Amino acid sequence: MEKFIAHTGVGVPLRRSNVDTDQIIPAVYLKRVTRTGFEDGLFAAWRNQPDFVLNADAYRSGSVLVAGPDFGTGSSREHAVWALKDYGFRVVLSSRFADIFRGNSGKQGLLTGVVDQADVERLWKVLEDAPGTSVTVDLRERTVTGGGLSVPFEVDDYTRWRLLEGLDDIGLTLQHVDAIAQFEQQRPGWLPTTLPVP
Amino acid sequence: MGRTLAEKVWDAHVVRRGDDGEPDLLYIDLHLLHEVTSPQAFEGLRVAGRRVRRTDLTIATEDHNVPTVDIDQPIADPVSRLQVETLRRNCEEFGVRLHRLGDIDQGIVHVVGPQLGLTQPGLTVVCGDSHTSTHGAFGALAFGIGTSEVEHVLATQTLPLKPFKTMAITVNGALPEGTTAKDVILAVIARIGTGGGQGYVLEYRGEAIRALSMEARMTICNMSIEAGARAGMIAPDETTFAYLAGRPHAPSGKDWDAAVASWSRLAGDPEAVFDTEVVLDGSELEPFVTWGTNPGQGLPLSGKVPSPEDFTDPSEKISAQRALEYMDLVPGTPLRRIAVDTVFIGSCTNGRIEDLRAAADVLRGRTKAEGIRVLVVPGSAKVRRQAEEEGLDQVFTRFGAEWRQAGCSMCLGMNPDQLSAGERSASTSNRNFEGRQGPGGRTHLVSPLVAAATAVRGTLSSPADLAAVPAGR
Ligand code: SF4
Repeated sequence: MEKFIAHTGVGVPLRRSNVDTDQIIPAVYLKRVTRTGFEDGLFAAWRNQPDFVLNADAYRSGSVLVAGPDFGTGSSREHAVWALKDYGFRVVLSSRFADIFRGNSGKQGLLTGVVDQADVERLWKVLEDAPGTSVTVDLRERTVTGGGLSVPFEVDDYTRWRLLEGLDDIGLTLQHVDAIAQFEQQRPGWLPTTLPVP
Repeated sequence: MGRTLAEKVWDAHVVRRGDDGEPDLLYIDLHLLHEVTSPQAFEGLRVAGRRVRRTDLTIATEDHNVPTVDIDQPIADPVSRLQVETLRRNCEEFGVRLHRLGDIDQGIVHVVGPQLGLTQPGLTVVCGDSHTSTHGAFGALAFGIGTSEVEHVLATQTLPLKPFKTMAITVNGALPEGTTAKDVILAVIARIGTGGGQGYVLEYRGEAIRALSMEARMTICNMSIEAGARAGMIAPDETTFAYLAGRPHAPSGKDWDAAVASWSRLAGDPEAVFDTEVVLDGSELEPFVTWGTNPGQGLPLSGKVPSPEDFTDPSEKISAQRALEYMDLVPGTPLRRIAVDTVFIGSCTNGRIEDLRAAADVLRGRTKAEGIRVLVVPGSAKVRRQAEEEGLDQVFTRFGAEWRQAGCSMCLGMNPDQLSAGERSASTSNRNFEGRQGPGGRTHLVSPLVAAATAVRGTLSSPADLAAVPAGR
């Protein structure tokens, strides 16, 4: 996984709350068996509407999404994260995220920063007043700066450390393979297995 | 200090305590797979040269993409076919048990696990699907995971996780006649909101919950995720044990005794403290339906379509306005006047045998409203067979409903069963998001009883609205 230290890119104001994963990527795009190429599914329904923010030239190359509260609710589809990443987003900011979405993001190197709704509103204003404004998201400092603003964001220490180090989950866990084997030794024998029963 | 049910199950699965803000490493007892969220996980294993650590704790079935008619034909949609074929190839290559289309144990992953007796109290159960919360009805800690976590569990049989917060949802009293588990959970979500359960495991308890069958409990736990929760749980009791006894993967003989002894210790300690508590009076509930585009936008069936002005919270106001536009509804319209085009009975929320029986009891001897399409889709091939043994299929087809093969079907717009743009449904599934049942489709979430009564009257209705069936029919 690529390390995330700081990122600078165009901020995109997404004035919608409760953006669920079906809106981020509709189910029809989930049918692929690869890990890349999901950018065409991102906000697919909304991108058909000419006034949707990503259809404006100034925002098209955006990489920092500033969204309303409760971003990423609904289905656990990780494709939502892939779609955002494949499109080019590195950061999503919102005052509240759905847990699963947030967990999925951290593992894929997409930074989800929690920003006060009042600061979200200020960011929206800056990004709308001057479309195409670049913002810098600094993970060390936990700040978003740009357009004369500087606001803090929250991310838990563990996710931050992982992102800063670019660490992959499975590798981390396999450092404890002995503990796993030991745990397996003491599991009761009556626990179910999926082996076919006669 | 006393521990809740969720805390007991958690503690029993810690392989390694995380220190210093690190997550705990939790052992996973049962890993369920389906075709949509697994291909990239297997791809990841292959790339890294890893194997599946415990194929004997892993099982797969085909559900999201499968057609529900002509299942002996190749899947028409090339992408759906590719996903299903990829699952078959991966299961073969990695040695994972798979129930394919046409097989008696094929079906929606959350119907199949319990039906096989694999879902048991006290287990940790995961699946790359948010409705894994269903399995919590047995007192298992069961939750949905993303594809990289699927890969992680395949490779290590563990997951690094931070403890969830705990919320008790107590439903007192007895549910009135005609009010079901689906109405309870829709009322709970309307109360706490689609974000209200975030970070929590919801533990349902109280008289109304204890009185529910296992299948009804699954309906409740299934939709915990729609309140934003990680999982829902119900402490195991005699109802749970009776459901499990004799199922293919349930323990037997001496093992059964050991298991029951262990399961009986799972119930939360009386002095256990929850982070949050919510109390509902079950005797005051009535059939509940959604009017909007998230599962929290619901009201009792006797209510009226709300106006955005009814909401004080500005984001709720905007969300209501958008929902009403999308749903093409006028504030003040009695919910009972809303006419639907399609009725869908099925999904992992309400596609089990009891749901089909409840619907059939309403439909028996009655006639379908003109112009309405009714789809009845069993949650698994076994449910289908059982329904046929009980003659329920006859009731459905005589009524004019389509009796389909098992799968997720119209729960999500991923297989051929979809709403067309502007089409309105009463659906026993769990999500009424924009386009969930097909682009432009409009969904009202309802119980099987309301779905069936709606199929008779053509507008959102409960069985109490129906004239009695004439004697002899
Ligand atoms: S029935 Fe619906 S909610 Fe359940 S697993 Fe299938 S698609 Fe998901």
